[in-house]
Amino acid sequence: MVNGEGVRCAPTGRVFTSRTLGCNVRMAEIVTLNEALAELVRDGDSVALEGFTHLIPFAAGHELIRQGRSELELIRMTPDILYDQMIGVGAARKIVFSYGGNPGVGSLHRFRDAIENGWPRSVEVEEHSHAGMANRFMAGAADLPFGLLRGYRGNDLAHHTQVAFIKCPFTGEELAAVPALRPDVAVVHAQESDRAGNVQLWGIPGVQKEAVLAAQRSLVTVERIVEELEPRPGGVIIPSWVIDAVALAPGGSRPSYSLGITERDNDFYKAWDVISRDRDSFTAWIDEHVRGAVPAR
Amino acid sequence: MTQASAEEAQTVVAARRLRDAGSVFIGVGRPSTAAILARMVHNPELVLVYESGTIGAKPFHIPLSIGDGELAETADFVVSVPEMFNYWIGPGRVDVAFLGAAQIDRFANLNSTVIGDYDQPRTRLPGAGGAPEIAAGCGEVVVIAPHNPRTMVERLDFVTTVGHGDGPGARERLGFRGAGPTAVITDLGVLEPDPSTRELTLTATLADVAVDDVVAATGWDLRVADAVAEIEPPTDDELDALRELLSR
Repeated sequence: MVNGEGVRCAPTGRVFTSRTLGCNVRMAEIVTLNEALAELVRDGDSVALEGFTHLIPFAAGHELIRQGRSELELIRMTPDILYDQMIGVGAARKIVFSYGGNPGVGSLHRFRDAIENGWPRSVEVEEHSHAGMANRFMAGAADLPFGLLRGYRGNDLAHHTQVAFIKCPFTGEELAAVPALRPDVAVVHAQESDRAGNVQLWGIPGVQKEAVLAAQRSLVTVERIVEELEPRPGGVIIPSWVIDAVALAPGGSRPSYSLGITERDNDFYKAWDVISRDRDSFTAWIDEHVRGAVPAR
Repeated sequence: MTQASAEEAQTVVAARRLRDAGSVFIGVGRPSTAAILARMVHNPELVLVYESGTIGAKPFHIPLSIGDGELAETADFVVSVPEMFNYWIGPGRVDVAFLGAAQIDRFANLNSTVIGDYDQPRTRLPGAGGAPEIAAGCGEVVVIAPHNPRTMVERLDFVTTVGHGDGPGARERLGFRGAGPTAVITDLGVLEPDPSTRELTLTATLADVAVDDVVAATGWDLRVADAVAEIEPPTDDELDALRELLSR
């Protein structure tokens, strides 16, 4: 978007009530989680709740379930337990991913039940390799039409997904092109933000920065809001002016974790294998622990 | 000390494979256990690379996921997923990759996507993850899998990851940089690609495993090397270290 001064602003689409500084920089609003999601996510949207094992935005996903969002296109490299839950309640129309397992434990039973048996509804599948998904997010963040990699050659994935092979104009080498990902909404979790909505995360960074920059709208949930960010070596800063909303959600990545603040609940990942194996025990768990839970404020 | 189980022996054999490696790319489960064991008993300088972006991780415990906190906290450095694949895996900066699969064929091609038809799968598996580009780019690939006719199949239901394709020259035609699978380590023995045909060949068995049993547990007509070696059983040091690691 180009503002009155002709300065190129955030690649994200809109903010709900952008505050403007003297230099015409837009800033994220700090709002409650349920307000943020009610505003940012609509039925039918493509939504990337990213997080690579670490910093998975569980609180936000659970709030989307409580708000009854439906017909979503869920995008994520590693749709683990959170997407298993969202697929199991029937919130997803389509899933775009590269690895759908419960890491170190086994299958995602709700994901499998939806694909194998259409319960509670059938789900369209678009799958890639990790390298393909990572480059799709990078292309989206860079505002390029496609990502480029050496990949997909010789395997059956190429026949079942969006990939094209193109020739390098300089060397003639054949390379794989994958279309840019541009989710309607990206939701990620981070350790902290300041009061202006600048975000810092550290530890395993996954593709969260790329997801935020690639998306039309974005929400970051945070463990805490601090007076001032102290940049950490290796920390990833996402500035307020590329984020639409920041919501405080302490513990919001559990049973995943936020390095330095919470620990990964490996026992729950194992327990999920049992809870999710059966449709009734899954539904009972969701009713008790998600639908019956008080939304984070 | 009680004798090693087949699974323990498989882990020990995989760890030995890393004696001279500079770096190894690993997923969770037995590959991760084997790589940590290799650092303990064979190669303390071995750089462990986990898909989550943790490079040079030195976990004390066996991680449940590839992104456990201990991996990030002990890593030499941590990178984003795009950097992992574009800077480290793709250009071949990792020596060895340990991969698993639900199905393996005679050319060490791998299926981790579906059992049955793609659109109407009997069993939906997790999918590719990083495997296709890892197998293309890393210096060499070691496959770690259980040995039975359901895993070792005549024909894959889906080719997720190319090993040696349809035989000699396949990797070169596809422009792959790494050498591809150099061994399949199972709970019965070790299969290695024939230097000229690239077809997996039984070259070694675990102690007390008969060649005929390995052939019977393989879903294709398994080639057997002229001289099949018997793998040295886990030493007391190896087994001690492995059991101590598993008990942490």
